[in-house]
Amino acid sequence: MSENIEELERQFQEKIDNEVKIEPRDWMPDGYREHVARQMSQHAHSEVIGMQPEGNWITRAPSLRAKKILLAKIQDEAGHGLYLYSAAETLGISRDTFLQWLHEGKAKYSSIFNYPSLNWADMGAIGWLVDGAAIVNQVSLQKTSYGPYSRAMVRICKEESFHQRQGYEIMAKMMAGTKEQQQMAQDALNRFWWPSLMMFGPHDSDSARSSKALKWKIKRESNDTLRQRFIDKTIPQAEFIGLKVPDPDAVLQPDGSYKTGEINWDEFWNVVKGNGPCNKQRLDHHIKAHEDGKWVREACLAFAENQN
Amino acid sequence: MKNLFKYILRLADNSLILGHRLSENCSWGPYLEEDISITNTALDLLGQAEELLIYAAEVENEGRTADDLAYKRPEIEYYNVQLTEQPNEDFAHIQVRQFFMDAFNFYLYSALKNSSDTTIAAISAKSLKEVTYHLRRSSEWMIRLGKGTSESKERVNKAVNNLWQFTSELFEMDEVDEALISEGIAVDLNEIKKLWNDKVTEIFEMANISKPEDGYKATGSRKGYHTEYLGYILAEMQYLPRAYPTAKW
Repeated sequence: MSENIEELERQFQEKIDNEVKIEPRDWMPDGYREHVARQMSQHAHSEVIGMQPEGNWITRAPSLRAKKILLAKIQDEAGHGLYLYSAAETLGISRDTFLQWLHEGKAKYSSIFNYPSLNWADMGAIGWLVDGAAIVNQVSLQKTSYGPYSRAMVRICKEESFHQRQGYEIMAKMMAGTKEQQQMAQDALNRFWWPSLMMFGPHDSDSARSSKALKWKIKRESNDTLRQRFIDKTIPQAEFIGLKVPDPDAVLQPDGSYKTGEINWDEFWNVVKGNGPCNKQRLDHHIKAHEDGKWVREACLAFAENQN
Repeated sequence: MKNLFKYILRLADNSLILGHRLSENCSWGPYLEEDISITNTALDLLGQAEELLIYAAEVENEGRTADDLAYKRPEIEYYNVQLTEQPNEDFAHIQVRQFFMDAFNFYLYSALKNSSDTTIAAISAKSLKEVTYHLRRSSEWMIRLGKGTSESKERVNKAVNNLWQFTSELFEMDEVDEALISEGIAVDLNEIKKLWNDKVTEIFEMANISKPEDGYKATGSRKGYHTEYLGYILAEMQYLPRAYPTAKW
């Protein structure tokens, strides 16, 4: 029996090494299944919880165009969540279970959404930095070894790159605007810069699950590699419109990459553990919406049963 | 042109305020698919509002833009029916409000697509495609809630009773309507009322919902009078453009 499993594992790894995608009905090690399910569902939760900080400004969007774009963007995020939950369900775990894990605090979502959105420029900063960081990660994940996840990423990346551009457009517009608008934009960058760097997770040396995820090609590139790519892309974009990243140690090196100051890892772990400014608010909101909607879901089921 | 301007604003404001109310519900849906659906309807309505406001600004011809009309107009110059500004008490209130408005918009735009004003006709024809789908969706929700659980029946009936007082205002007409009807631009809302009533009766019957007795009938929006809710909607919606009047967003 154990020889049998070893053989299955060998074949599995051979597929991975040969860039053959793993599909839902294929044999896979339990650890792989768990890892992919956790990562995909957390990704889905992030999309859905991410609706909240942006939703916070829908009713105050300052123009008809801005309001339509913001609504459409949040709707895209909800769609990504739906798509990812569906892809994760191919591993045999239902959306209800994923939600239950979220509500019980067993499943995480991206910590970036535990920061508040305080001024209109935050809608720019979130699109530009948060979606920008997400894209760097997701472009890499298009090559992830689990087929449904990989295909979801291809589709999602197309929309995310549009989000990033519209976020940057908001920032550029504000930097070309009044003094107050410029202050809002700089303030948004000050607050979102470090949390967006934290989105890539701990340093490679401190990342517990990374090595296995890389071996199984769930993850294709390391946290630090992806983070550096984001930094090198983003600092020039900030400077181009007159913004300054809040890092006195950031310097351009001869090879064209940026050396940056150290991330506050105490803050990172604190927010991951649930002690960020909005952890409670975000989860309470999601739980309340889910509980408020219970009677509607029950009505749908009762109605469907009555029709049969 | 004053009459035409006011008439376009009525249409625009109905969509703008109802769309705004729906947009408040983003991330509060009973499940993800429905959350997306409600936001989608909000987007359709905002799109309609924008096109109408662009046209209103053009008709007014005093240098105001669509955004000026949305973000700088006081309550008294808003002409949406009071039904659209009623709050999202619960999912039943959202869907009942939507059903009443969808049925109204469906017959209104069906008629206005033949308006002698070609811009109104074009916007109506385009909006009608969206509204047709909205009406199907909210009608289905009425039936689903009316024939769901005892709780959903109770909630949908309560919402119908609470919102009924705002329905007769949909069909109020004044000198603006009269003038524009004679030019073939506007439509006679008495005709729309009959169609609306038939539709509501039909869906109520399918949903086992009883029609409320007429009591107080809300009125006033034709003159810019509203319920207390509109002031809060506009305070929130207009906050940035009013706080930073020289800023461009």
